[in-house]
Amino acid sequence: MKIKNQRRIPGRYVLVILMILCLLLLVLERFTDSGGPLRFIANYTIVPMQKGISYTGMWMSDVSDNFETLRDMKKKNEKLQSKIDELTIDNTRLRQEQYELERLRELYKLDENYSDYKKVGAHVIANNGSNWFSDFTIDKGTNDGIKVNCNVLAGSGLVGVVTETGPDYARVRSIIDDASNVSAMILSTSDTCMVRGDLRLMSDGRLRFEKLANNDNVVEVGEQVVTSHVSNRFVQGLFIGYVSAIEVDSNNLTRSGYITPAVDFSKLQEVLVITKTKDDMISDNAKKSKKKSDGKKADKKSEEKDGEESSDSDKEE
Amino acid sequence: MKRKAVTFVIILVCFLLQSTVFDRLSIGNVSPNLLVIVTASFGFMRGQKSGMYVGLACGLFTDLFWGGELGFHMMIFVLIGYFNGGFQRLFYDDDIKLPIGLIAASELLYGITFYFFRYVLQGEFSFGTHLFRLILPELVYTILVTLILYQVILHINKKLETEEQRSASKFV
Repeated sequence: MKIKNQRRIPGRYVLVILMILCLLLLVLERFTDSGGPLRFIANYTIVPMQKGISYTGMWMSDVSDNFETLRDMKKKNEKLQSKIDELTIDNTRLRQEQYELERLRELYKLDENYSDYKKVGAHVIANNGSNWFSDFTIDKGTNDGIKVNCNVLAGSGLVGVVTETGPDYARVRSIIDDASNVSAMILSTSDTCMVRGDLRLMSDGRLRFEKLANNDNVVEVGEQVVTSHVSNRFVQGLFIGYVSAIEVDSNNLTRSGYITPAVDFSKLQEVLVITKTKDDMISDNAKKSKKKSDGKKADKKSEEKDGEESSDSDKEE
Repeated sequence: MKRKAVTFVIILVCFLLQSTVFDRLSIGNVSPNLLVIVTASFGFMRGQKSGMYVGLACGLFTDLFWGGELGFHMMIFVLIGYFNGGFQRLFYDDDIKLPIGLIAASELLYGITFYFFRYVLQGEFSFGTHLFRLILPELVYTILVTLILYQVILHINKKLETEEQRSASKFV
């Protein structure tokens, strides 16, 4: 019966019907947010298969690593040893500064500590098969507390942001993707800029930054760039990379240049996901300041000050 | 029924390979597009309708896992299937020139359509860089992979066809 039907309809009509179907889907996608049930089914069918294949791939690359020669290993070991020494010295110095910082923080009663975000580790199980995008799938999802807009790190640097979640998988758009825009700042001067991914730079693994104010602050090659305090998706102070080139734009108002990211995007295997999003933090802060202002309402002196605070956080939201 | 199952398995395997294994084998950050090969070869081997259905499945996978909007890749792949189906009458098993030419044309069509809808409509007109950085390298790599993958698909298709003929003659 079915076969008869198929024979009767000419190819042209099938084409038209399918085109209309695709257009409908496109329009639907505009009005609803996600793919819904289809993506849910995919979580239990395709994602486990991808996991299986990528684990075999990892095992294979491990095996090929085993064939490295002893001399190479020794050389690497020496290098790493000297690095450890260097880092130990650095570490002690930093620890001293940490104590000082803690003491000063206590003095200032700063309750936000940006350095210890709660993180979840995850494996990269599949990359985007299309060459036009740069995103990947990881093997943890909402079951492990990952939400859309969670920030993703690898090693010490920022990798990207979660754009889609399922129960057991999440898709991460990396910051080198053409559609990625990150609000960043130069660490030493706190001047903000926009870090953009660019398809043309994707193969070199570089990033472009723009809209850095052309003021008196000197920014040199090698300076660190971190996520800024005004970003609405990225939490503050995540390391992006080093400035590798900088020049003043032709309008003489802004500066732009290139950044070498801290992460090697071609060899991502494990990543860390910060489970708290910037929105969560903002709403937490708003709650806290609300509580404070409720508690202190009797106290007339502080009322004015708190009023200011809560209005500030409202603005941020 | 068996044909449908086998076709589906071929699509699935190519999809999984493309996102895992071939991503590691990428040359200059470009990996081949296996789904275009599958869609195009089913198009000229089996006709317009098969090409379109295979394209629909390939596009669905791409949109769900790699793309942005559901329906966009589906449309491109359905068109590729239809376009290749038109060449079914010119297709002979032992001729490799036509398949390679068609797959290359499909790949080019895919690249340019994608570039147009993703970039030109956003006001980005650097066609040259996109062409030489992405579209052409992907095309060359895809054709290299075609030389192997196409033989596999052709072989599977031949087997299925002889089986179908046998069972058909049994009924008569």
